[in-house]
Amino acid sequence: MTFSDTLEQHPDPSWRGRVTAILVALLLLWPMLVVSEFKPWELLDARSLGATWQFLSGFFPPAHSREFLMLILAATWQTVAIATAGLTLALLGAIPLTLLATETLSVSRMESGRMRFFSSGIRQLVRWLLVLLRSVPELVWALLLVRIVGLGSTAGVLAIALTYSGMLGKVYAEILESSETHATQSLLRNGSGRLGALLYGSLPASVSELVSYTAFRWECAIRGSVVMGFVGAGGIGQRMDESMKMLAGNEVSTILIVFVLLVACADAVSKYLRKRLG
Amino acid sequence: MRSVNIYANDWADMNRRRPSSLPVISPATIALLLGLVSLISASFYTLAIRWDELFTVEAARSAMEFLLGFAPPELAWPFLIKIADNTLETLSMSVLGTIVAVVSGLALAIPASGRFGNLERRFSRLLLNILRSIPELVWAVILLIAAGLGPFAGTLALAVHTTGVLGRLFADALENLPHGPEATLRVNGAKPVAAFFYAVLPQALPQFMSYTLYRWENNIRAATILGIVGAGGLGQMLKYHLSLFQMQQAASVIIAMLLLIALVDGASFWLRHRLTGN
Repeated sequence: MTFSDTLEQHPDPSWRGRVTAILVALLLLWPMLVVSEFKPWELLDARSLGATWQFLSGFFPPAHSREFLMLILAATWQTVAIATAGLTLALLGAIPLTLLATETLSVSRMESGRMRFFSSGIRQLVRWLLVLLRSVPELVWALLLVRIVGLGSTAGVLAIALTYSGMLGKVYAEILESSETHATQSLLRNGSGRLGALLYGSLPASVSELVSYTAFRWECAIRGSVVMGFVGAGGIGQRMDESMKMLAGNEVSTILIVFVLLVACADAVSKYLRKRLG
Repeated sequence: MRSVNIYANDWADMNRRRPSSLPVISPATIALLLGLVSLISASFYTLAIRWDELFTVEAARSAMEFLLGFAPPELAWPFLIKIADNTLETLSMSVLGTIVAVVSGLALAIPASGRFGNLERRFSRLLLNILRSIPELVWAVILLIAAGLGPFAGTLALAVHTTGVLGRLFADALENLPHGPEATLRVNGAKPVAAFFYAVLPQALPQFMSYTLYRWENNIRAATILGIVGAGGLGQMLKYHLSLFQMQQAASVIIAMLLLIALVDGASFWLRHRLTGN
């Protein structure tokens, strides 16, 4: 049996195509490997292994002095507080923006089938504002805000408020537009105000979806507020940054454990809220 | 206790007789809402945000000055080429990180979907949960020790976190597949690996594809900010220029970030359309 025979008899009829596709993909990936300096073998050279080993060997036992644990507890609460306060402010910003951006609440569109020029202009403007708010990553907002309001939790709260008002505003508008609009439209047609149409027409139809999305975002905000500590916005992230700079492996491992527990708790609470209120 | 019950009955009665304008709210929900309100007020109280300092004329003036420093963005050719280089680096980080995560996520998803037994399932799910609950940026800070400053640490950080996310999603997808096709192949004498590749994978592939694209969109956002802790890409450039107070350069970098994110969102939308048909 020659080599070409084995090729012919391969049980998968399209195997040549598959292999070619993989080779082409690898060829396309090659420049990317070069650009991102992807050199896994460097992880295994003696110097890198030594540094890693030295750092990791400090992980056990985790730091557990009373003093340090109290410090971490306070920092953890600060992280939760930054996320909660930030999300509350984001809601205050997102709700009016949602009302402006939602198309089904437009009175002028309903009458003529077309929105008035002025109102559609405002609606477009609000949409662009929402896009801008949520496209700039929260960490970049935090980095900029730290320079305006100084180091500390205020920058973190404001960064979350800005990013999340953009996200909430967009998704709230989408939820309101995609839910059953019949009640809203009837209310508007019969002369109810926009606020009344929202409260008695749109909200009852989509309140559970709105609440569960908000709970999910709260969970994300907690993760976000941890990360923002690394640019000086307070909380457990800032503590970790300090411990990393001192290469204190035992402190880092305590913080990581607390962090995994915090995320698991936030996950559970947000799941419970979604079930209870949703 | 008794009086509460009577009230509840009265409410229910009223509701049956005429459409009430007030919804019936159970005591548990009221307790939950009170809990939420106290969480929010405790957050604002302990953070002690100095609102009075934020809303002074001077604060507004310095914020304005800061923002005006961004205009006009730096557009000189050498600088634009540097930005293009870093943009390419960021893009490569996100693509490679996602690809590595797909491979390792799938490798962990197979035990996590319970194919090798319950113990293996529990263990790999725990591992995936830990990988997932530590954000990319925190991974990057830790991996900087092993991989050194630069894009490689960032790529690894993306890969590690995304492995956790994709592994869990893949495992859930594998568990929910119908078992018929695989069982048929096995009964007819196919080896387990062949049965997996020719019966399980083709069924799960569209779902895997759409999860992967969703994570890629996420990873490009993460890749732009990872540099802030020194893990390469546009974030590193932003941090550098901001720390030198070169606002016009920083503005260009932020614009490049937004363009890159928008571009990847577009590409991912197109790919999703092509590959999964929805």
